[in-house]
Amino acid sequence: MKRDSDISGSMDWTIVMLYMALVILGWLNVFAAVYDENAKQSIFDLSLNSGRQLLFIAASALIALAITIIDMRFYETFAYVFYGIILVILVMVPVIGKEVGGNKAWIGIGSFGLQPSEFAKCITALAVAKYIGSVGFRMENLRNQAMLFVMIGLPMGLILLQKDTGTALVFTSFVLVFFREGMSPFLLIVGLCAITIFILTLLIPNPIYLHIAIGVVLLVLIVTGKKKIRRIILLTVGALLISGVIESVDYVVHDVLKPHQQNRIKALINPDADPLGFGWNVTQSKIAIGSGGFWGKGFLKGTQTKFDFVPAQSTDFIFCTIGEEHGWIGSLIVIGLFIALLLRIIFLAERQKNRFTRTYAYSVACIFFFHFAVNIGMTIGLFPVIGIPLPFFSYGGSALWSFTILLFILIKLDAHRGQVLQRI
Amino acid sequence: MNEGRKEIFQIVFVVVGLIFLTKLFFVQVIDDRYAELANSNSILRVVEYPFRGLIKDRNGKLVVYNTPEYDLQVIMKDVRSFDSAAFCNTFHLTRQELRKRFKDLKVKKKEYSAVKPMRFLEQLSAEDWARTQDRLDEFPGFYIQARTTRAYTTPALANALGYVSEVSKEQLKQDPAHIYKQGDYIGQSGIESFYEEQLRGKRGIRFRLRDVKGIEKGSFKNGEYDTLSIPGQDLTTSIDLDLQLYGEKLMKGKAGSIVAIEPATGEILSLVSGPSYDPNLLTGKNYSANFKLISTDTLKPLFNRPLMAQYRPGSIFKIAQAMTALQEKVITPETRIVCDRTIIGCHGPHTNEDLRGAIANSCNVYFYTALRRMINQGKANDPFADARIGLNEWDRHIHSFGFGNKLGIDLPNEKSGLIPTPAYYDKAYNNRPWKFSNIYSIAIGEGENLVVPLQMANFAATVANRGFYYIPHLVKGIGKDARPLSPYTERHYTTIDSANFNIAVDAMQQVVDAGTGQWFAHLPDVVVCGKTGTVQNEPLPDHSVFIAFAPRAKPQIAISVYVENAGQGARAAASIASLMIERYLFKQTRRQYIEDYVLAGKFLD
Repeated sequence: MKRDSDISGSMDWTIVMLYMALVILGWLNVFAAVYDENAKQSIFDLSLNSGRQLLFIAASALIALAITIIDMRFYETFAYVFYGIILVILVMVPVIGKEVGGNKAWIGIGSFGLQPSEFAKCITALAVAKYIGSVGFRMENLRNQAMLFVMIGLPMGLILLQKDTGTALVFTSFVLVFFREGMSPFLLIVGLCAITIFILTLLIPNPIYLHIAIGVVLLVLIVTGKKKIRRIILLTVGALLISGVIESVDYVVHDVLKPHQQNRIKALINPDADPLGFGWNVTQSKIAIGSGGFWGKGFLKGTQTKFDFVPAQSTDFIFCTIGEEHGWIGSLIVIGLFIALLLRIIFLAERQKNRFTRTYAYSVACIFFFHFAVNIGMTIGLFPVIGIPLPFFSYGGSALWSFTILLFILIKLDAHRGQVLQRI
Repeated sequence: MNEGRKEIFQIVFVVVGLIFLTKLFFVQVIDDRYAELANSNSILRVVEYPFRGLIKDRNGKLVVYNTPEYDLQVIMKDVRSFDSAAFCNTFHLTRQELRKRFKDLKVKKKEYSAVKPMRFLEQLSAEDWARTQDRLDEFPGFYIQARTTRAYTTPALANALGYVSEVSKEQLKQDPAHIYKQGDYIGQSGIESFYEEQLRGKRGIRFRLRDVKGIEKGSFKNGEYDTLSIPGQDLTTSIDLDLQLYGEKLMKGKAGSIVAIEPATGEILSLVSGPSYDPNLLTGKNYSANFKLISTDTLKPLFNRPLMAQYRPGSIFKIAQAMTALQEKVITPETRIVCDRTIIGCHGPHTNEDLRGAIANSCNVYFYTALRRMINQGKANDPFADARIGLNEWDRHIHSFGFGNKLGIDLPNEKSGLIPTPAYYDKAYNNRPWKFSNIYSIAIGEGENLVVPLQMANFAATVANRGFYYIPHLVKGIGKDARPLSPYTERHYTTIDSANFNIAVDAMQQVVDAGTGQWFAHLPDVVVCGKTGTVQNEPLPDHSVFIAFAPRAKPQIAISVYVENAGQGARAAASIASLMIERYLFKQTRRQYIEDYVLAGKFLD
């Protein structure tokens, strides 16, 4: 058997190259986001985000190296241990954490902060993969399925308690993994329907019209279809259920969601209704991106992001800088790189012979996809404003390291795909 | 069974990417509205600071107002090379100072921003501002930001008004609604702090259009989305500014306090704390330096004595004792007690007085005996248990006068004083039994009793009202509403019958007409009722205390005066109180010799 640490030959270099391209582009954009032409700033200046980001990148390289050296069995063997540890840390965060921007989601080590919720993502991915890959696991078994939902629900709930809704929502992407591993699509369809109804409820101020619409559809179905008693009863019950859901959504939106959350959803539906109030972020973000045109204004030539018009221009709204300075072409390249990365991960996933690695690979793909879709969707006004970073682009150490760990564990596992027991 | 699911993932990924690219194509290439907005019409939010509410006295005289102050701000991005000699000349800086200011900006990394305005010079005076305004265009990147700071028409009332300064980091943390931003002003003590919510007003936001160079191009959509700043509400205080100034003049060079209240409403007419400071020192440019000086002054000018100084009340407490004993029927007004001076000492040439005479002569033995009867009423056979029952009854009455608890004045940092309860003595004696002989010094206002001058004045007002009081307060009208806050419009009754108060009023008149207070406190043309007190303070000289109200029939003013280390209550405190009453009722000083005596301040000779 080959030595475990020397895997350079069997490593998937395509994915490593994609990773490097994204990280370097991200770093340049972090610099551009706050660049001031008069200050003669250097991209290496440690008092700037870009200088610090370079340190984070260097640390990522070390982390990536460490991951490829550690024995591959380590990750699967200790998955549950890590999972237990991260749960304990998440419980403790509200007590020992320090407050950053209204969220108490950080743990301070000296002057330095770490965000445990970022690392919870890859640890949960390992734990879920280990559970699905374990002997005797059957997706059809409802107890097994329930266990999976508990596994993603625990960290999600704890992160919700820290009021970090964005990161908590990332955990819903595991449902896609379950689907890939055999869960019936029923839940996904129900989820999609719920979202559709949810948005319709928001769009139409008075739920009575929706109820009427459902009544009409019901009548049409009854009249046109076979007139069997059983069918009519089933349809009626179904319609009543949907009406009930609409009522409860209406209640949730107006009475449970906090005003700022309501506003984010309203801004999504009609950002022009109040461009200076709750639509401010999205309006400014769209102005910045839209002003880039086809070719962009050129590297460091953006104006919108630098004038503090765009909020959080180095972190959650980093895509604005790309859109403004590099135009549609730049957006095309970045989105293309992300899609290539996602498809490559799926490719790696499908060539695994072992269920643990495949499940893990799908988890990685789904987490990346969720971040990518929600973040860019939010900056261009297709999604409500949910504060989650764009992988490799948003400024910040915890997120970068967590994405690096996520990806490089996959690279490591994939490099050893030939030498694992077949268990599929 | 999972056939085809891989393809679903691949399709979803690609489709989402395509949706994004399509949407981006619309936003970036087809729709040129955004490019237009970005190029010529960037929207900027400008915060407009509200005017803080004004503070007036009861006659409408202005006490606190706002005066503009100007900060010089700099936006580093816009700074071009400029004539630094001219700059230094204009703003009275040396070259080193100028260089240091720029350096300081860079040192504060967190606040440093190339595009946001930062404060460069603080609080230019109005003259500086006028002089530099015309020359400002020579120095691109520098702007003047106007806001207002507090100013005071007189040097009086410092501790009651409090002061305003920049909101601290701790205060920002305790502001969950995020009303304040760093650099905002907030009331830090006194009325400014208590009525912060009413005074502060509401910030406005204007939306301005700016081009890429940062130059303003007018308002956005004709100001459709702008909100105007709402000025704070003006406050009308109950203070009589003339009386206040006179009181501060009389207290000059003395430590102590004067509290004058209108009995019929509980409105505070004057609230003097000595020594004090000039409130103008804690505003504007020299705030920090002056605050350091004032707060470290050994005479503690920031210590608001009327509310915070807890003293033993001394003989003025005998009035309350008399009321309590009458109410419990352990004495009648006609009860005579021989002044034998064996257990407790006394003073003056009296031997066998009734209640009125005992108050007029401040007989210690009389009130010692009255309290013994009150505490040991024989409701239990065990003397210890009996004392406990008696003291509980006594507490109920004394607390009803407002002693032993915070009254609830509309100022922060009020102290409650101390009226000992059975639980207090249990603790003091480590749960060993105690009885009357352990606690009798409370009879004459010495011992454990502590009151603040505000409570003494409130007590005088209660007697003046024959049995009730309104919580003393400083603000009688907020904005257009000519009423105080609701807690200050409610009558508080004591547990003592109104008839018993008439006896106290008789006795207090006798104190001024024929008793201990006759020389200094008696006023022509008006019946003053008062009570002296001389509080032991060994080894230093005694404290001088006097409470009074006038006129007897329809009292318009009730007052307490406490002068530290000034000897007998009949001298310093009685003189000051009578001068204050005279000034308030007759608007003049008719006995110049008393004023001279007070201003000279040699009470111990």
